[in-house]
Amino acid sequence: MDFDPSDDQRLLVESVTRLLADNYGFAQRKTYLAQPEGYSTAMWSKFAELGLLGLPFPEAYGGFGGGAQEVMLVMQAFGRVLVLEPFLATVVLGGTAIQTAGSDAQKQALLPAIAEGALKLAFAHGERQARYDLTDVVTSAKRSGAGWMLDGSKTVVSQGEAADKSIVSARTSGDRYDEDGITLFLVDAKSQGVARRGYLTRDETRAADVSLSNVFVADGDVLGEVGKGLAIIEKVVEAGIAATSAEMVGAMEAMNEMTLEYSKTRVQFGQPIGSYQVVQHRLADMFMAQEQGRSMAMLATMSAENADDAERRHDFALAKVGIGQAGRYVSQSAVQMHGGIGMTEEYAVGHYFRRCMVIERLFGDPAYYLQRLANEIV
Amino acid sequence: MDLRFTPEEIAFRQEVRAFIGENLPADIHAKMKLGHGPSKEDTVRWQRILNAKGWAAMSWGKENGGPGWTAIQKMIFLEENQMAPAPELSSFNITMIGPVLIQFGTEEQKKRFLPRAANLDDWWCQGFSEPGAGSDLASLKTAAKLEGDHYVVNGQKIWTSTAHHADWCFALVRTNPNARKRQEGISFLLIDMKTPGITVRPIISIDGSHHLNEVFFDDVKVPVNLRVYEENKGWDVAKFLLGNERTGIARLGKSRERVNASVDLAHKVNMNGRPLIEDGVFRQRVAQLQVDMKALEITQYRVVSAHDKAGGGRPDPLSSVLKVKGTELLQATTELAVDVAGPMATPMWAEELAAMNEPDELMEAGSASTGSYLFLRAASIYGGTNEIQKNILTKAVLGL
Repeated sequence: MDFDPSDDQRLLVESVTRLLADNYGFAQRKTYLAQPEGYSTAMWSKFAELGLLGLPFPEAYGGFGGGAQEVMLVMQAFGRVLVLEPFLATVVLGGTAIQTAGSDAQKQALLPAIAEGALKLAFAHGERQARYDLTDVVTSAKRSGAGWMLDGSKTVVSQGEAADKSIVSARTSGDRYDEDGITLFLVDAKSQGVARRGYLTRDETRAADVSLSNVFVADGDVLGEVGKGLAIIEKVVEAGIAATSAEMVGAMEAMNEMTLEYSKTRVQFGQPIGSYQVVQHRLADMFMAQEQGRSMAMLATMSAENADDAERRHDFALAKVGIGQAGRYVSQSAVQMHGGIGMTEEYAVGHYFRRCMVIERLFGDPAYYLQRLANEIV
Repeated sequence: MDLRFTPEEIAFRQEVRAFIGENLPADIHAKMKLGHGPSKEDTVRWQRILNAKGWAAMSWGKENGGPGWTAIQKMIFLEENQMAPAPELSSFNITMIGPVLIQFGTEEQKKRFLPRAANLDDWWCQGFSEPGAGSDLASLKTAAKLEGDHYVVNGQKIWTSTAHHADWCFALVRTNPNARKRQEGISFLLIDMKTPGITVRPIISIDGSHHLNEVFFDDVKVPVNLRVYEENKGWDVAKFLLGNERTGIARLGKSRERVNASVDLAHKVNMNGRPLIEDGVFRQRVAQLQVDMKALEITQYRVVSAHDKAGGGRPDPLSSVLKVKGTELLQATTELAVDVAGPMATPMWAEELAAMNEPDELMEAGSASTGSYLFLRAASIYGGTNEIQKNILTKAVLGL
């Protein structure tokens, strides 16, 4: 057991923190939001220059050679400033799918392009009826010549509008809820039959509903083994949980720092509100939630490589419940401690609140995972 | 960064588990499995078995007769011992007075007291709280006046756990009533409980047990060579001791053991005609406890591993998180046990009932669960109330 980052990891955090300190003030972020993409393409290029877009990929594919821990550290830094760029969708979700299941040719074609900032991906798995059930896939893929014909629709696909390619899950055999028979496909955004309807989500990033109507995908764009997609999806989801848990830790840190600062400067009844014990104890509770949440984010990150399937799933469920509850508590408390100003769009704290609220629902919410844990008790 | 246990740590856990499995006396094990606390004799018997193995002084270095374990090994040992369940080591002996003497004691004090503390030949108690000095410990008044080669102690301590069993008491006393700051007039004394002038009076707690006491000092003579560290520097010793106390205070193994026991019991009691274990609400409650236990487990390892790396020294303010969250969790597990027992949680399990009835494990477990539910209300009060812990966090971490 060792919780300290290595020297290399420290350097990584320093350089990312410096980049964000110079470029990601709350006012600067607003200008990124105003851009047509809803984020800064210039920042995206800077991430590429710094090697962040290839962070978890092997050097042989143009990557940085990092792993889940490096992603955790970077996502934590991203969470502190509410980074808008599609790092999660492209590098974490898309990147994990390709690294886990891609053929060497696919890796050669895609990973270096991601690392350079030339390719953006989206993970198009969720369907309207599925809620959080990973096996509930009704989008279908039927054999057609040297490929497959896809039909169906995907919902709330994070960054689905901006993506050059989507990783789409579809059923190649079996029935809804069957674990076998789900296959992943790389679908070009420009393919005939793909329609995307984009919208803002509450955290100010963009998502899309994607409909597929007789979309042809060649055999070469099948990702992984036909019918064996669920294991890959699980890997992607786990990587997503680990990354967004770390992001949530960063967001909690930022909210706690803002709230502490506010409690020192806001004067009521002739004293800073931070001099009142009822406020102090709430701040202490928020700090404790942050630290318990950090422990859970670490658990998720360090569970990623655990080969014991049952234990790994169990630990991810524990982590997802714990971090979600911590984030909810800190967010709600941060707004409460700010009072009226915390309710305003112009103040930062509400933006963190909304990002945490969205993260809580990515890949399954605490209630979902609590139910799963409850079902496992013997 | 590596959150996994090393192969050595995994092997260590197996070794500890195997030793406890083979050496814990069956009668003690059976009794504790039902949720009863150990008697004084149980605790002494088990600590001596551990001491013969070289494990009792688990937090001491090898040069002082301890096993020289890493912080992680200590946590593993504590967890396994609690989960067995086995009597816990005397914390007064092992995590309080032992480390204090190692850090501040004279050679003579160490030689005289350490081996006996490890073997529980001396049962120690802690004379800190007073009627007027609870959370505000530095306002203590028990006075020690130097007269030649001894102090004369007068005053009263309260909430003194197991003072009625104790051979020795380490106490904070006021040696300078005129100090500029209250903290600067306090000394740390080792007091033989057989000294004339000491009266121990029981306080029966809400669980019906005799654990707490009042201790009165009436012209009690304490030789000067039984003062630890310098005169009027006792507050430094107390701060060191309380910092040490924190790392084991989460008692996570105990929480796990109690949750497991409740789950076992939930197979045997019914809810609306079905075993309680099938009830969704109950299962969710257990699941939530599992989440909280996991978060605490990792936070605990973060604290102890940082403590190890820093080579001991000042306590980590994060240890206040362990105290608050650990005791909240412990209390939640006792609530769970009481709720599982249902109506069986209400009878007192007194000797008379035991004599009258056929063995009735359900009622016995239910009664014991209520005992710990009541007794462990103290968990968020002792060792610095949870409110005081939040004050500490406010100051140390938040800088308010």
